[in-house]
Amino acid sequence: MYVLIVGAGKVGWNLARELIAKGHEVTVLESDSRRYAVVEEELEHRVLYGDGSELWVLERAGIERADLVIAVTGDDEDNILISQVAREKYGVSRVVARCNNPRNLEHFELLGVKPAISATDLILRLIEHEVPKYGLVHLLDLPEERLEIIELEVADGSEAAGKRVRELGLPEGSLVISILRDGGGFVPTGESMVHASDEVLLVLDVGIEERVTELFTSGVAPAA
Amino acid sequence: MFVLIVGCGRVGSAIAHSMLAEGNEVSVLDEDPEAIALLDRRYAEGWEERGGRFTVGTALEIDALLAAGIDQADAFVASTDGDNTNLVVAQIAKRRFDVDRVVVRVLDPHRARWYAEQGLQTVCPTQTAIELLEAAVRGQIRFEGVSG
Repeated sequence: MYVLIVGAGKVGWNLARELIAKGHEVTVLESDSRRYAVVEEELEHRVLYGDGSELWVLERAGIERADLVIAVTGDDEDNILISQVAREKYGVSRVVARCNNPRNLEHFELLGVKPAISATDLILRLIEHEVPKYGLVHLLDLPEERLEIIELEVADGSEAAGKRVRELGLPEGSLVISILRDGGGFVPTGESMVHASDEVLLVLDVGIEERVTELFTSGVAPAA
Repeated sequence: MFVLIVGCGRVGSAIAHSMLAEGNEVSVLDEDPEAIALLDRRYAEGWEERGGRFTVGTALEIDALLAAGIDQADAFVASTDGDNTNLVVAQIAKRRFDVDRVVVRVLDPHRARWYAEQGLQTVCPTQTAIELLEAAVRGQIRFEGVSG
């Protein structure tokens, strides 16, 4: 896959590393000459110096054959514009944009730039994931597919504690996909036991979260 | 008519002045509180005293656009110093607030051309300068003093 990343900040640089390690062809565009020099020492020819909102710069970087364009500059206007031209002018089928200021998310949506990823939002989720006792954590929302993946801690005295997965009485449209216990995790079968203080990951249809959650909590409202 | 101008530099302030002089309601939005000086200097008493409006805020802030009166605007001018900001805020004015007449200043001729093809009314000073300069070089036109 050929991936064009615009913006060699922390996000862009690290994404480039990961994608290169996975064997993808990557080009990164960076408009700040000092930042470019730093990143170029590691990525060499894979980073180009130039303003990624200039069309000829995008063309020189091969946007027309890109399978994926990732706009992760520090400017939301730039990310919106780059995503718009990538999709609408150059016909790139997959475009991901970073939204720096969560208040600008509505502009991304209005102008048809999706998915827009708000780093602030993601970091918040990661913090919730790292800090237990937070109750329910949304790990992933897939609004297009109308699915979500959530993480729940099994409360002592909850309905679920001490039962097998098949006995949980989960509503239709939900599935336990993983149980995390003692620092490890496994994919359960119907016979697997659910214990108090386990963390369970579930995939579910949008809208039944509350019914699922109450099986794993002990009647006390979760902190989140 | 009610004209909203986002970006109060040389261009924005000059348009604001002419539109006010022609008897329109004019509101100007700029992120720099000092930018009003460009409007004030044209009048003995000051911009706001002459009936103009000035709001401090950034172009992409919906609250700032609303405070500047975007929902009543008949015409909208995007003239900040950032092409991308102008292109994004102009699309917001058009699509979200249904402003009738939206004009965008875009310095980069390529972006100006492509967005014009998408239906935005873009004005590209760079392209205009290129054409005038070329014509002057060829001797097709001759300026006495400054162009225009």
